[in-house]
Amino acid sequence: MLHPHPHLPAPDGAPAVQLRDVSAGYQRGPVIHHIDLEIPQGDFVGLVGPSGSGKTTLLRVLLGTARLYGGEVLVGGERPAPGRQRIAYVPQLETVDWNFPVTAEQVVLMGASRGRRWLPWPSREDRDRARELMDRLGLGDLAGRHIRQLSGGQQQRVFLARALASDPHVLLLDEPTSGVDIKTRDDVLHLLDDLNHEGITVILTTHELNAVAAHLPWVVCINETVIAEGPPAEVFNPDTLRATYNADMPVLQYEGMTLVAERPHTLGTGRRRTSAHPVGSIPAAPGA
Amino acid sequence: MLEPLQYDFFVRGLIAATLVGALCGLMGVYIVLRQMSYIGHGLSHAVFGGAVVSFVMSINFYVGASLWGFVAALLINLTARRRPTIGADAAIGIITTASFAVGIALISRFRTFTRDFDAALFGNILGVNNNDLVAIALVTTAVAVVIALGYRQLLFATFDPEVAPVFGVPTGWIDAVFSLALAGTVVVSMQILGVTMIAAAIVIPPIVARLLTDSFHRVILLSVTVGALSGLIGIYLSWYADISSGATVVLVGTVLFLAALLQGSLRSRLVRLPAID
Repeated sequence: MLHPHPHLPAPDGAPAVQLRDVSAGYQRGPVIHHIDLEIPQGDFVGLVGPSGSGKTTLLRVLLGTARLYGGEVLVGGERPAPGRQRIAYVPQLETVDWNFPVTAEQVVLMGASRGRRWLPWPSREDRDRARELMDRLGLGDLAGRHIRQLSGGQQQRVFLARALASDPHVLLLDEPTSGVDIKTRDDVLHLLDDLNHEGITVILTTHELNAVAAHLPWVVCINETVIAEGPPAEVFNPDTLRATYNADMPVLQYEGMTLVAERPHTLGTGRRRTSAHPVGSIPAAPGA
Repeated sequence: MLEPLQYDFFVRGLIAATLVGALCGLMGVYIVLRQMSYIGHGLSHAVFGGAVVSFVMSINFYVGASLWGFVAALLINLTARRRPTIGADAAIGIITTASFAVGIALISRFRTFTRDFDAALFGNILGVNNNDLVAIALVTTAVAVVIALGYRQLLFATFDPEVAPVFGVPTGWIDAVFSLALAGTVVVSMQILGVTMIAAAIVIPPIVARLLTDSFHRVILLSVTVGALSGLIGIYLSWYADISSGATVVLVGTVLFLAALLQGSLRSRLVRLPAID
């Protein structure tokens, strides 16, 4: 469990995010329908659902870059307009152009674009702030590196630092743990947890139910609309998961953890019948 | 070396080619990174249509052609953005070729042209007059100032057009201003390089720069330098070797590209030196 805070509305001010009967999507029509959702300030929420279920669209609704077909969206009590809110976004790493000639520091400095400044080079404050963020995220020595020369975890942190450079109240992350190894995934999650403890509302999408979603205090299951929301131990049950993923997914309890499994499939022709060899007992090659 | 400098038309050509080379090198960085490499090629064809129309309607060439090019660039941006199924490359193909066809149609319909359109097609550096030089200098200065002022926003919008608006970057305005800069660049470059050579002048310098560095502002500086050098050396060579100016400028750029390519593979093969950054 990453986060000991209970999912309670913050005593002061409006919720971080409020959606009332929202239908939204793109030019071709809505992708998500009739969504009601309220996320209090300082929460740490995971959006789960199958591919194409509208997780990314929901993030774009909050950013003000999706097309609204109905309903009302409030972020920090205001209607979202791109660039207005104290909301920052970390895109999926797959969408980044890794051949683009920018260094890690140049990417982080992009996050400070909001400030009115008519000079081509960054101000001393922007530069100091970028340095500070990079040091904090363990990127201090990598400022001059090209973005392709970074590891998956470092790349993720560079884009996280860019988001933080805009001083957000709400941080949205699209699949922040996809395509990285287990150690990096845990590092990223703990980093987000630290930020959350500093008061930043964190909303992320994920495909990893056991490795990511189960550790968050609150999970929202989406398949074109909100199927269920709540703490993972309550939400991850076979009925909800079937409604979300259209698949049978048994749920196990093991040492206080909720684990979502998949029905075993029988794949292959069944011709290979030998049992596994323990390491070291593999027969020597003939003639050796 | 100094001998051709006694001729005014050569000096004008030299200044024009150096400025146009630098201008194309500067705009080229953004064009290539937006994966619109052929927009220079396309727009110059579109502007050719605009040039013929402004001649038929007796409008100033620079005004008519720039407006026409601007509208074509906006249409390409709009089509590519609003109709993702079409894609920028196909939008360039349709809009600019249609515009070129308008020019050809008009020329064939009104065969009484007094103006020589060969210069627009193949470039005629030695025919540059003082007015052309002023237009080139104005466009180069304006584009340099606009890019310097919007440097950070333009970088973000080019790197990550989906995410930039979230951080307060006005991508719609940036696209419009960029289209205008692009139209201006193509119109003033056309007379020097010719419709057929612009694509290379726009694409080669940023690619050479990219082969030499990973840092964005170094790519810009190097690309401008490579573009200006190609123009300068190209015009000298074209004088001594008596070859078409547009072709020489592009061939000098090509040699620089091959040198950068060779340098890159030698470096990675001989010593594992870190890239210049």
